[in-house]
Formats: sequence, structure tokens, C-alpha cells
Amino acid sequence: NSGVVCLLRPLLLDVVPSIRQTAAIALGRLADYDVELAEAVVKAGILPQLICSLPEENRYYKKAAAFVLRAIAKHSPQLAQAIVQCGALEMLVICLEDFDPGVKEGTSWAFGYIARHNPELSQAVVDAGAVPLLVLCIQEPEIALKRIAASTLSDISKHSPELAQTVVDAGAIAHLAQMIPNPDAKLKRQVLSALSQIAKHSVELAELVVEAEIFPVVLTCLKDSDEYVKKNGATLIREIAKHTPELSQFIVNSGGVAAVVDCIGSCRGTVRLPGIMTLGYVAAHSENLSMAVIVSKGIPPLCVCLIEEHEDHIKAAAAWALGQIGRHTAEHARHVAVANVLPTLLDIFVDTCSSEDLKAKATLKNILQKCTYLPALEPLLHEAPPSIMKLIIGQFSKVLPHDSKARRLFVTTGGLKKVQEIKAEPGSLLQEYINTINNCYPEEIVR
Amino acid sequence: MAALTRLLERLEGLREEYFLTNRAIDEDRKRKYKAAVKIQRWFRACRVRAYLRHLSKMVILIQKWWRGYLRRKHFREIVERAYFIKKQKFYNEMAVRIQKTWRGYYVRKYIHNFCALKKYLKAVSMNNELVRHELQEYAEMKENEEKMKDLKKKEKEKKYRARKMHYLLSTEQIPGIYNSPFRKSPDPMELLLRKSKPLTHRKQPVKSPFADELYGWPTCKEPPAFVTSLPLLPADRQKPQGPFRDPAEVLRQRYKPLEPTLRVRESMYSPPAKAREPTPREEWRNPIHDNKTLKHCFHQLLSLKSLEKLTPALGK
Repeated sequence: NSGVVCLLRPLLLDVVPSIRQTAAIALGRLADYDVELAEAVVKAGILPQLICSLPEENRYYKKAAAFVLRAIAKHSPQLAQAIVQCGALEMLVICLEDFDPGVKEGTSWAFGYIARHNPELSQAVVDAGAVPLLVLCIQEPEIALKRIAASTLSDISKHSPELAQTVVDAGAIAHLAQMIPNPDAKLKRQVLSALSQIAKHSVELAELVVEAEIFPVVLTCLKDSDEYVKKNGATLIREIAKHTPELSQFIVNSGGVAAVVDCIGSCRGTVRLPGIMTLGYVAAHSENLSMAVIVSKGIPPLCVCLIEEHEDHIKAAAAWALGQIGRHTAEHARHVAVANVLPTLLDIFVDTCSSEDLKAKATLKNILQKCTYLPALEPLLHEAPPSIMKLIIGQFSKVLPHDSKARRLFVTTGGLKKVQEIKAEPGSLLQEYINTINNCYPEEIVR
Repeated sequence: MAALTRLLERLEGLREEYFLTNRAIDEDRKRKYKAAVKIQRWFRACRVRAYLRHLSKMVILIQKWWRGYLRRKHFREIVERAYFIKKQKFYNEMAVRIQKTWRGYYVRKYIHNFCALKKYLKAVSMNNELVRHELQEYAEMKENEEKMKDLKKKEKEKKYRARKMHYLLSTEQIPGIYNSPFRKSPDPMELLLRKSKPLTHRKQPVKSPFADELYGWPTCKEPPAFVTSLPLLPADRQKPQGPFRDPAEVLRQRYKPLEPTLRVRESMYSPPAKAREPTPREEWRNPIHDNKTLKHCFHQLLSLKSLEKLTPALGK
């Protein structure tokens, strides 16, 4: 900070090229370390000098310059904007056409960091014509270059559908899809993340990604030993599944749901979250798909998740997914109830230390409105708060008038006694339900 | 005159008589008039009553017939309507029956096809089993690969260690540590030692500072500045036979700084180079003169032919 930047500045224009290179590397390392240093570097007006002679320099200098730009751009959008404003993007594009893979890697990394911050910067990167060159970079044999190019494409396409469309128009999807079977774990992470950022924006983009024949290769990623590969694979499937029932149907048909269920079972922690949400989205579309999820043994891992996980948002996601599965018909609600998950949900709902979001998701309303499986409802009678009680009594009042065996069971398990103990205002819905139940039994038993 | 007086006497009484008879007659007449009126009245009333009775009988008759007619007409209409409604109801019920069966069939077959759903779910679960199985195989294959890699690495390390410790091999006189005389057969390590070739002294890899140089020759213009002296070759190396030049001289010549022409020196992207680019195109578009005279062609031919004569072998 003691005027180092001012000292380094004239060295950048030195005659000897290795001095220029070393000065650039030094600036890069300074800027990399701290935000204020990066701002100091930008304020000292170094950037125009850095990039003015970039096309004629040798590859070491280009690499060092790319390192400096990336170190500055990674801290904040304002610094990245400063880089864009001094016209660095065109120079970087020229560097991207260089033959040396190290130079290309440094440049794509710089592009990635610039494009990461917000859509305008991404648009600037795209306008400079970087995307076709990045797609060419992906096809290079060096693994590190592929990784960085994939991560840059992912950063560009994550902001808006138009940017994703630009990336798709450059023909990126086919190359990304070809790299999914690659054994390198970090490359797979980036490729899957890029595809999921493309697919998340709209139905057409998701369909384009699916047409690149990623299924069933993507399912092998769900069995990878690397946690983040599994997470990104699950994210990709989730982004595809959430758009339309047809896409979800396609995923079910190719056995994706089974793979996702296994993946949830084998992971712990936040890595599970996209898988859980995938199941929720697939089940939400229609009752046939929900039944398919149930048939693929989707409910047990979700219950395990609810019980085991400590983080609120994962529990909320699991509760939401169970709600989506169980809300369609009585059959679905019965499957959910049989898995003995309703008491857990009730506990979460009643628990004072769970967050609002969690409580909202853990409302049993959806499931209970369709649940006619009385043995599962009985234990809930004893502990439920009033809002849930209304639903439970409502369900009982619907089923008991028609089923004699259930009536007998209801009395023997002490449910009738519990119902009598409930106090409800006359004329309210709850009172009507209680009356309906009482009418099913002869007077003596009621008393 | 007597008659007159008689009459006059009678006149007084006559007057009274006359008056009385007149009064009686008058009263009679009034009474009789009233009676006549009464009778007549009564009779007329009877007549009128009879007439009215007759009239009302006629009226009743007419009304009876008219109302009967009207009601019969209405009745026919009512019957017709009731019949129509009855027919409608019947048709409706039959239509409902048909629609009911059709809709049930259609929904059960095409929309909520339970059998198809069951089959589909079964197919899905079978497919899931397949996918799970294949994924399991894939995971196992990956694990095996990892294990193989580890094993190979261990083998390599073992072999390297054996080569390093070749001196632990047993000699004729002294048995080595792996070849104890109390054992029935030598240890596998002993066998490995016997097989392995002893390691020679590892030469330090001469990191030639010109290695990068050779790779990057198009972009570099002078030797890297950190080269202060020539690379040290081993002192006892066999000097190559023959009248070779001094290596320092050779290197000097090799690294004589390139002094390219101005055109070559400028890079492709510098402004003068870029400015130069369009001119060939411009030349093609607007050449100075287009007319090719015969002489001009002849000259061209001559020049070509002379070139050919001079360089016959190069073409082949």
C-alpha cells in the first residue's frame, strides 16, 4: 500500500519483456489479495497501459495481464465495470484467439469473473464476441481449459434467457453434452452447472438441452464419487423437470427418478437439496407422475431427510415435496400416511423453534384434505393444534358414517372420547363435524 | 116549479150525494186503479221473470256448451303436452343411460385408464430397477478402476523400492535378510530383489533454459534475459568427433537478434498493418488499366516461358 502500485506502474512499460511480465504478475497478486488494493490498481490508471500493447506481446505477458484483470474483476461489479469501460474486453477477445492454451485459460477465467456479477456485464462480454471463442475453447484437449471455459459459459448464461439463448446459438450444448461422460470430476461439475443454468430459463431451452441426448448419461453422474458432481447433476435434472409435465414424464421414463432417489439416499447435507426439489417438482405436475414417484420408492428417503437433517431449508424442501406427493388423491395421501411421516410433520409444525418458512411448508393441510387412512390419523388426534384438528375431525366425519369397522376401531382406540373432549363453538364447522360423528353412534356410547 | 123546488131540495142533497158518490167513485177509482196496477204489475213481473228465467236457461245452455267445447279443446292440448313431456322424459333417460355408459367407457379407457396406469407404473418400476442395476454396475466398475490404479501404484512403488534396496540380495556366503536359512523357500521379497535391476545414479535432469525457447520461437525475439551463461555440459562428456564449431559461437549465431523488415516487425493487428489490408482488394476493384493489349499478353507469355526453362527440375 505504500505506493507499490505507483512503483510498479512504470515497470509495465519497460523495454525488457520479462520485467513487464513480472510487474504484471506482481500487480495481479496484489489485486487478488484485497479489494482495496484492486481499487488502488484501478485508480492508478494501470489498466489502459496494461492492455494497450496486449496483442503484440508474448504469451507470458498475455497470461499475466489476464491474471491481473481477473484478480481485479473478481471483487465487485464496480471494478468489473471499470475493466469493461477501459475497453479491456476487445483485447481479451484477441487473447482468446491465441494458440497457447495457458493464455486462453487465463482469458476465459477473466471473462468468467467479469460476467459473474450481473446481466449487464454478461451482455458486455457477449457483445465483445467472446461466446463463439469460448465454445471453441471447450473443444480443446486440455482439461483445465475446458473446465474454465465451461464455468465461464455457465456464468454468462445464468443471468437471463437471452444470454442463455446466445450461448445456445453458438452451439455450446452439443459440446457440453459430449463432455458429460468425461472422467474428470471438476470438469463434470462445471459442465453440469453450465447445462443447468441454460436449461433453467425456459421450456424451449430445457427441451434443447434434453434433445442433446443427455439422458441417461446424466444419471451416471448421480453415482459419481464426487459430491458436487452429484449435486450439479441433480440440479440439472431439477431445472429440466420443473417446466412442464412432458419433460417430467420424459425424466420418469428414462429412470431418472430412481437415480435421484438413490442419490438422495447416499448423500448428506445441502447436496441432497436439488434432488429433493426434483422429486417435489415431478410429483407436483400430475397425479400419475406423483404415483410414479411413489412407485420408485421416493417417500422413504424424504422421511429420512426430514428426521435426520438439521438445516431448516432442507427440511422445508422435504416437507414441501411430501406435500406435493400426497395432495392429489386419497391413494397418494394413504401412501404418504403409511410411511408414518405425519407425526414428524406435526412435530415440526408445532415446534416453536422452527422457522416460519418451515412451518408454512410443513402444513399438513394438503395431505390431510385427501387422507382417508384412519389408523394414521388417530395418533394425530391427540396432539394436534386447533387448525389441524379441524381438518382431522373433518376427515373422520367423512369416513365414519360409511365404514362400520372403522367406527368400532374409533371407539376402541379412545378416539370418540377425545372427540367429546374437544370444545367447539356451536354453529362452527368443527361442531358440525363433531355432530356428524356423534350421529354415527347410538346415544349411550356417546354419553 | 115544484119539480124544480124538489130538484133544488134534492140538489143540496144531490150535491152532497154527487160529491159523496164522486168521492166514493174517485176513491174507488183510485183503489181500483191501484189494484189494477198491482195486478198488472204482478203479471208483468211474472212475465218478465219467466222471460228472465228463460233467458238465463238459454244463457246457461250456451255457456255450458261453449265451456265444454273450450275445455275439451284444452284438454286435448294438455294431453298432447303431457304425452310429449312423458316421451321427452323417457328419451332423456335413455340418452342419459347411453351417455353415462359412453362417458364411463371413454374416461376409463382414454383419460383415467387405470389398467394402462398400472401397466405404466409397473414398467416404470421395472425400468427403475434396470437403471439402478446399471448404475450400481457403473459405480462398481469405477471403484474397481480406482482399486486397480491403487494396486498398480503400490506395485510400482514396491518394484522401485526393490530396485533401490538391491544390495539386500543374498550372496553365496551370506544369506540376505529375506532369505533366512530356516525358511523352506525364500521370501517373495527376495525373489523380487533377484529379478530387479539395480538403480543407477540418477542424473540431475538438465533443465535446459532453452526448452521453452524452442517451443515458443515464433513469439520470442531475443533469448530470455535470465540466461547469463551457456548451459554447463558435464566435464567428462565425449566431445563429438569432427570439426564442429565452438558452441558459444553457434549459440551467438543462433540467437543473433532478429532484425526483420518493418513489414514483418509490425504485428498483424497494429494499425498500419490493418490499414494496409484493404489495398489489395481496392487494387482488384479499380485496377489502373484494364486493357490488355496483344503485346502485353505476349510479354507475359515470354516471361512465363523463360521462367519455366530456367527451373525445369523444381517443378518435379
